[in-house]
Order: sequence, then C-alpha cells, then structure tokens
Amino acid sequence: MSVASIVARITLPDSAAKGEVVPVRVIVRHPMERAVDAPGLRPVPRRILHTLVVTYAGAEVFRMEMSPGIAANPYVEFTTVAVETGDMVFEWREDGGAVYRREARLVVA
Amino acid sequence: MSLHRRTVLALPLAASATQAAAQSVTGESFAAAERAILAGRTPVAEGIVIDMPPLSENGNAVDLSIRVASPMTEADHVTAIHILSERNPFPRVARFGLSPRAGRAEVATRIRLATTQTVLVLAETSTGQVHRAGREVIVVLGACVDGG
Repeated sequence: MSVASIVARITLPDSAAKGEVVPVRVIVRHPMERAVDAPGLRPVPRRILHTLVVTYAGAEVFRMEMSPGIAANPYVEFTTVAVETGDMVFEWREDGGAVYRREARLVVA
Repeated sequence: MSLHRRTVLALPLAASATQAAAQSVTGESFAAAERAILAGRTPVAEGIVIDMPPLSENGNAVDLSIRVASPMTEADHVTAIHILSERNPFPRVARFGLSPRAGRAEVATRIRLATTQTVLVLAETSTGQVHRAGREVIVVLGACVDGG
C-alpha cells in the first residue's frame, strides 16, 4: 500500500478551547473521473476518491464514502470536538488502491 | 419492406427501456437504495435542515449542507448521514460516518446533479431512529455530458 501526497487545503481554527466544537474544511485536487462513455468521447476508466477517513486523538472522528456523484475536487466540511493538541490525519482512498495522506495540527489551549 | 408495423411500434418502447437502464448504472434504483438504508425502519420527517440553492445553473457542482438536530451524546447521536439522488446514474451520492466526537451533526459538500430532481437525505441515529428530508432542485445544465 503506497502512501502518496496529494494537493489538499485543510482549514482549521488557529487554536481551540478544550471541548470546543471546531469546523473542519477540506478541499482536495482530484478529477473524480466517473467513466463517462458517450458518442464522441474516448472512454476512460472510473477513478475517483471513494473514501475519506479522518482520525484524531486516537480515534476515527469522521468518514465520507463518495460516489461519482461527488463534484471534482471534492470538498467537505464537518465538525469535531477539540480533545487535545495533536495531528488530524486525513486519508483518501482512490479506485485502484492508491492511498493519499495529509495531516493538519489542531492546537488545543 | 422488412420493417413490420409491430416492430416500428415497439421502437419507442425499446428506446425508453435503454433510458431507464441508463438511469441506474449500478442496477440499484433510487427506491431500492432508500429501502436498503431504512432496513424496515420507518423514517420521521423532521430534524433535518437541508441548505441547497433551489435553482442551480451548473449541475457539476451544487453546494449542499445538511444539519441534523441531535445532542451527539454517547447514548443519542447521529451515526450516518446519506445523500440520495432521485435521477442521477448512481442513487447513493455519499455517506458520512459520524460519532459523538463530531460534536454536531453538520456536514457540507458539493455534489453533481444530472438533472432537475429531488435530493433525499436520511440520517441514522444510535437510538435506531431514522430522519428523512427531501429537497427539490432545478438544474439548468446537467452534470452528465451524454444528457442523461
């Protein structure tokens, strides 16, 4: 299982109070190729990010299962409870088995 | 002439059959997907707020945000939020997995919509209750290049 880097922008507050619910915004660069086959087009195989798993402070805190119905450059916004200062790990799984990982630090004051 | 009257009459039927097949590439219909998620439970039509523009110029990226009323405690929290599309090739657009660590049951994303249709949201809770809400959206230019 190869882990590659991917272009992503992860937005977290600069710092949070313990127990505060913080918003997390994530956008990642990806075509979400959905295997469109139509006259005049060259068919391409489906290649989408099908899962995003977010872990933080020892547990999975968020998961998104995606279909070709998710727009290119998938964007997602969710919330999490600030538990401790630590890295949130974002892991995208792509068709074909590729895994991309990014981290973002959440500072809890 | 080899083209019989009954063959000609059957042509529109054949065409609509292919269209129906194109509606669901996975073979799972919108109704079947909803039934599978509900798994025999009766949903309640409350507790979900969907924020989505009523008219979308471009079906390639439609902003959608979902808020489910839930205390998000260990005993009572939203475990999953589903987005279903009535008239996309794939009825199951996305599924979000949540836990009490989320703090709030709020998600937002951008989806593709093939055409004017209803977007359905189902939210499953740890108590076994399912919330259900639908929103109609008019799509001017669909996301599918083949017009389907």
